[in-house]
Amino acid sequence: MEFEVFDLGLVDFKKAWEFQKEIFQEVKNGFLESGLILCQHYPVITLGSAANKKNILISEEELKIRGIELYEIERGGDVTYHGPGQLTAYPIFNLNYLKKDIHLFLRQLEEVIIDLLSDLGIKSNRRLGLSGVWVNNQKIASIGIAIKNWITFHGLSINIKKSDLNNFRFIRPCGMDIEMASLETILARDIELANLKIKLIYKFRDVFSAKLKGIACADYNGDTLPIASKDVPPCLPAGRDWV
Amino acid sequence: MTKVVLPELGEGIDKAIVSYWYFKEGDKVNEKDDLVELTTDKAAFNLPSPCTGILSEVLVHEGDTVNVGEVLAVIEEG
Repeated sequence: MEFEVFDLGLVDFKKAWEFQKEIFQEVKNGFLESGLILCQHYPVITLGSAANKKNILISEEELKIRGIELYEIERGGDVTYHGPGQLTAYPIFNLNYLKKDIHLFLRQLEEVIIDLLSDLGIKSNRRLGLSGVWVNNQKIASIGIAIKNWITFHGLSINIKKSDLNNFRFIRPCGMDIEMASLETILARDIELANLKIKLIYKFRDVFSAKLKGIACADYNGDTLPIASKDVPPCLPAGRDWV
Repeated sequence: MTKVVLPELGEGIDKAIVSYWYFKEGDKVNEKDDLVELTTDKAAFNLPSPCTGILSEVLVHEGDTVNVGEVLAVIEEG
């Protein structure tokens, strides 16, 4: 399976969601085998199909005052928060090229994260019955996906910046009383996002035994991102053999 | 008459929970319309309608657990 990467940078949740739908159509129509969207979101709370609004601990009025958007979306799982300090990845993978096994896909997403953290010297684990990735008893990455016609969308988010963890106090993440961790709190140093994105892309490539076709980047809060990656210069640092 | 059956979802997955019906009994549905959403673990997935017709019987409801191979609904083709 070949996949193209689309790095949207810091982007409104809604715009990224619209872009997911565009890439989904491209994959469904056979113009792309698969895509991987990377981004960071402005503060937003999303509710999945299992969500209970009681797991949002402040009023909608207060969410507005704090500038936190709220969306109900078509992924599995309960409530979660996304912010600029997280790296969010939406694999739009056509499981017809891989294996039509929903739980295997979830376990592979966890493996991508666990392997990435291992490279950074962090030992992390799964917890039976609770999708996501944990370091000691703190949650460092969340997963919630949707599948139509065996093509996946939505995906995962990894907590990177320590500052972003504050906003988790406004929700019961995934409907549970859990503590969240971030790479910066665990490693006690600043993490550079560009390098992390490349490592994440390679982990997707390796875990799914896929071929990386190209990487396109855009300031999506500006103009429409062209689908053809060759029209857009790579935004990742030059001088290395990325592919 | 066509039965809407929960298909194989992967090794070790023997059931899913109905989370949302897009249509109700008596509605007309077209082939490939999203008929019903189910969830398993942290995944939500849609079953498309296998044919065009009337959704004549809905046998499981939101919140119900359905086993792989079980019939969720019946569509009268036409």
